Amino acid sequence: MNQVPYDRVKIARDSSRPTGVDYIKNIFKGFIELHGDRRFSDDPAIVGGLAVLNGIPATVIAIEKGHTAKERAARNFGAPGPEGYRKALRLMKQAEKFGRPIICFVDTSGANCGIGAEERGQGQAIAENLMEMTTLCVPIISILIGEGGSGGALALAVADRVWMLQNAVYSVISPEGCASILWKDSAKAETAAASLKLTAEDAKSFGVIEKIISENDIGTVDFYDRIRALLLEEIAELSVDPDLINKRYDRFRRIGVDAIKHQAEVL
Amino acid sequence: MALLNFLKPKNQLEEGGRTAAPVQQDAGEPEKKCPNCHKDIPISRLAANNLVCSCGYHFRMKARQRLHMIADKGTFCELYADMKSGNPLDFSGYSEKLESVRKISDEEEAVICGIAKIGKQKCCIFVMESTFMMGSMGSVVGEKITLLFEYATEHHLPVVGFTVSGGARMQEGLLSLMQMAKTSAAVKRHSDAGLLYIAMLTDPTTGGVTASFAMEADIILAEPSATIGFAGARVIEQTTKKALPKGFQTSEFVMEHGFIDGIYHRNNQKKLLTILLRMHNGGKGNESSTL
Repeated sequence: MNQVPYDRVKIARDSSRPTGVDYIKNIFKGFIELHGDRRFSDDPAIVGGLAVLNGIPATVIAIEKGHTAKERAARNFGAPGPEGYRKALRLMKQAEKFGRPIICFVDTSGANCGIGAEERGQGQAIAENLMEMTTLCVPIISILIGEGGSGGALALAVADRVWMLQNAVYSVISPEGCASILWKDSAKAETAAASLKLTAEDAKSFGVIEKIISENDIGTVDFYDRIRALLLEEIAELSVDPDLINKRYDRFRRIGVDAIKHQAEVL
Repeated sequence: MALLNFLKPKNQLEEGGRTAAPVQQDAGEPEKKCPNCHKDIPISRLAANNLVCSCGYHFRMKARQRLHMIADKGTFCELYADMKSGNPLDFSGYSEKLESVRKISDEEEAVICGIAKIGKQKCCIFVMESTFMMGSMGSVVGEKITLLFEYATEHHLPVVGFTVSGGARMQEGLLSLMQMAKTSAAVKRHSDAGLLYIAMLTDPTTGGVTASFAMEADIILAEPSATIGFAGARVIEQTTKKALPKGFQTSEFVMEHGFIDGIYHRNNQKKLLTILLRMHNGGKGNESSTL
């Protein structure tokens, strides 16, 4: 396959790919959606609730983009606002209270970029999730199924395990945004995509993710069965780990340390 | 809070609290144009007033100047000064960019960390530097902030932080993004240990820094008219094709919407921080405080 990183971006954005709700419906049983952030509204870009994973009650949260043009507009194109992140945090705290594992499906080009989102504290909402997720005392597994766009994706991915689909991308900024800032030319997105090192292989090499999930059978029963088996295996291990929170801290603590030079070495 | 009324910003130069004697204006003295009142102000007069114009406009301030203004004389002891960014992604042009901003800013990175006393009270302090890639957060900034919070937690010290940042640093890609989670984890440990963290947001505080440690303090303050937000105003305008409301993403706007505790004139910040630290028993939790 003669793929360049930007091809991955295009695949990750393809509207025919399974979306968050497809994963919830096919991996779990008996999904009961729980709406609203109890503060302002119910964000359609984030779907969350209770579901059963082979007999285990779990809290599942997914960013939902929708498939058709109509669905995508109704889901705000999978760009969550502060209400979405606050709903997610409410459900995660509920999971902690009742001792349920948390599974997140992440797929967003980024947090909602709008006047209302800023007025209601988009930055604060993301910050609060990052901070609170670091000490939730139940297992958290996040799977990037399409686009992992910056802080808006990370706000559901401060987890014990982070996995990526083979063609998912994870980046600090969109390739278009990067190209427009650095070279004042969003057409250079292809170059930016290569520079940003946003593929699943890159993320794994940085220690940002643990596992890459093959997409050869994406959308089939086998595909979802495989993810269910991976989740069960991992949850069984994490559920009995007495040092879960410290290990989660260390997981993020070490990232970037290798990128630092100390003066003594430089001279 | 009535007790703090005397700290409310006063726009007159003389009433600011830390002003030197009026400087004689000499015809040949260099001046700077104030973007707010459009007057030419002699540099020496600005310098004597912590770079605040008599109209109240706050010019950006270098991190070391800020430390000089906030820390008690001779008490600042810098930590982690030897850390430099590499180019972990081999991002085209980044190494050269780092070299040039090191010269421009006269700093090794976009944040200065250390220990200092403010009003005789020991605390950990960080100050971000706008002239170093607009205070963007890469691996070094994330690591230094994290180390500082870890140090503060271990030594039961409060943290006082001055933010200025365009957000996560693109040139370090995912590694920059992850610093948001890493710093947040360290802030959480510090907070769970019952310790005080005060953030002062200065112009501009945006993106990944707003969405992490800037918005995670116990008390969040800001300088007047600073830009504070998550997404960039230009991007929002282009995306929504709507005119932005007046004063969008200013300190005043963010306070009106409930996301910061107060706005303080630069000349009053040291006094305020001193009082706040004292009210928290020097920022240490779990001990009874006596004023």
